[in-house]
Amino acid sequence: MVKQNRKGIAGRIFIYILLVILALIMLVPFAWMLSSSLKLNKDVFTFPMKWIPQSPRWQNYIDIWKKIPLGIFIFNTSKLSAIVTFLQLITSSFAAYAFAKLQFKGRNALFLGYIATIAVPWQTYMVPQFIMMSKMGLNNTHLAIICLQAFSAFGVFLMRQFYLGVPDELCEAARIDGLNEYGIWAKIMLPLSKPALSTLTIFTFVNTWNDFLGPQIYLTKIELKTIQIGLRMFIMQYSSEYGLIMAASVVALIPVLIIFLSLQKYFVQGVASVGIKG
Amino acid sequence: MSSNVLHKPSNKKLGRRKAKQTLVAYSFIAPNFIGFAVFTLVPLVFALVLSLLEWDGANPISFVGIDNFLRLAKDAQFRRALYNTVIYTVGVVPLTIVCALALAILLNKNIKGRNFFRTVSFFPYVASLVAVAAVWNFMFSPVRGPINNFLNAFTGIPFEQLPGWGASKDWAIITVILFTAWKNTGYYMVIYLAGLQGINPELYEAAEIDGANSWNKFRSVTVPQLYPTTFFVTIMLIINSFKVYDIFINLFAGGDNQLSDATRVLVYQIYNTAFRSLNFGYASAQAIVLFVLVLIVTLIQFRGEKRLG
Repeated sequence: MVKQNRKGIAGRIFIYILLVILALIMLVPFAWMLSSSLKLNKDVFTFPMKWIPQSPRWQNYIDIWKKIPLGIFIFNTSKLSAIVTFLQLITSSFAAYAFAKLQFKGRNALFLGYIATIAVPWQTYMVPQFIMMSKMGLNNTHLAIICLQAFSAFGVFLMRQFYLGVPDELCEAARIDGLNEYGIWAKIMLPLSKPALSTLTIFTFVNTWNDFLGPQIYLTKIELKTIQIGLRMFIMQYSSEYGLIMAASVVALIPVLIIFLSLQKYFVQGVASVGIKG
Repeated sequence: MSSNVLHKPSNKKLGRRKAKQTLVAYSFIAPNFIGFAVFTLVPLVFALVLSLLEWDGANPISFVGIDNFLRLAKDAQFRRALYNTVIYTVGVVPLTIVCALALAILLNKNIKGRNFFRTVSFFPYVASLVAVAAVWNFMFSPVRGPINNFLNAFTGIPFEQLPGWGASKDWAIITVILFTAWKNTGYYMVIYLAGLQGINPELYEAAEIDGANSWNKFRSVTVPQLYPTTFFVTIMLIINSFKVYDIFINLFAGGDNQLSDATRVLVYQIYNTAFRSLNFGYASAQAIVLFVLVLIVTLIQFRGEKRLG
């Protein structure tokens, strides 16, 4: 009995040591980023390194705003992420309601069309899409990124899966009470589907925020750039300003980390449910 | 006769109600479907047509049939890109699976600070790629970087013999594989956690009664029970590895966004052919190759899912 206990404790300590090492691997780059962002260029690579700089150089965080239009980049990205997420939520849940709860001609065929394209990588049609958008005069506009991101098959699929789980009787009862379909969607389905909406929100927001190739193709004017391609432009221009690069990187990370930490529960649930259902 | 007379109007009414319902349903679908059709379906069909054309966007279009595809077979750059993509995939898939599964098993145990560790392992996944790639490049810088300085201080191996990481031809692919596994392990860990929580605890109890130790339980309960999860994770990892672009650009490319032979990948080749060489037709032929590769993997997934139930 005692022996087994001791073995249990040793195992537990082993697990903790392993976890701490793994957590360090995950976190050290972030710590290094934060630490370097408060250093002079010449101190960034000193070895053995000082994790906490002797005299933190807060000036870096002031200088970056003057070197690049970081504020504009963050504004652009926030604007795009918010609009795309809003459109995605509204149009996906709207379409999903019809697919899950209404009987009509062509339902299965239409839904199959959606499903079939979920697996098709965007990269296979990004070239013709660019040609079309250019012909529409959308090159170098934010509207291009919005059109590109806001109508995904994934959103419709995710919301439909959730609505299928809502009992039909609920809709029937509401119809008898005189609500029309739009009313049922707004007053019953939307409030019920908060978990699915939260999952879709965080997926869409993080995806749009971190998107790289789309903005790289469409947004070549500086004042239109998002934080990702703007930060990359800055890193290439000032490649030896290590402290400033790290400070700008920290600033670029903060918004999405806040969103993640506040909606974490839904994110994890979302990944898990998508994973299970395939 | 009389029943017919009785039914006729109600049938008509029913038909009208049905038509109205269909109209309402379409109004629900339209906002999403119109955007989806214009910006996804049409370009997708357009891509197939474009792969048979030669066009730079300005000069007249010429139809070249399968010439673009024949040219692909002889294109050394394209073959190199395909090769690098496959090597990258072969490295990323097993490494990510092992890390994600190990982490999930550790974090499925009843331990203190479990939520903290889960959150921490998810951090790299949500973090902005451009920012974390910049940190990696600094940390793995061959001579100045803390990683090689650390290795040098502890092992005494001189810098010239230490790995050159992203800066060297031989180590570049290994570096990007490590980076990808680091960044995405947290995501797949969550999928594995869900899989682990779906395993019936009675299976472990039964194994214990049979005298199984931890390793036996892992091998004869956990691994087979997680088979569907592993299958799904493998498929997702393969498809995501085929589509890789931004990680390579941010780790390896300079200000001109160009990649060398050692690091060029499929999507980079498509991007470059279309937007730098302005050869839309040839780029689309390359895109069709990506499409077919992903399609094959997806078909394997469908068959596998049917078999697994």
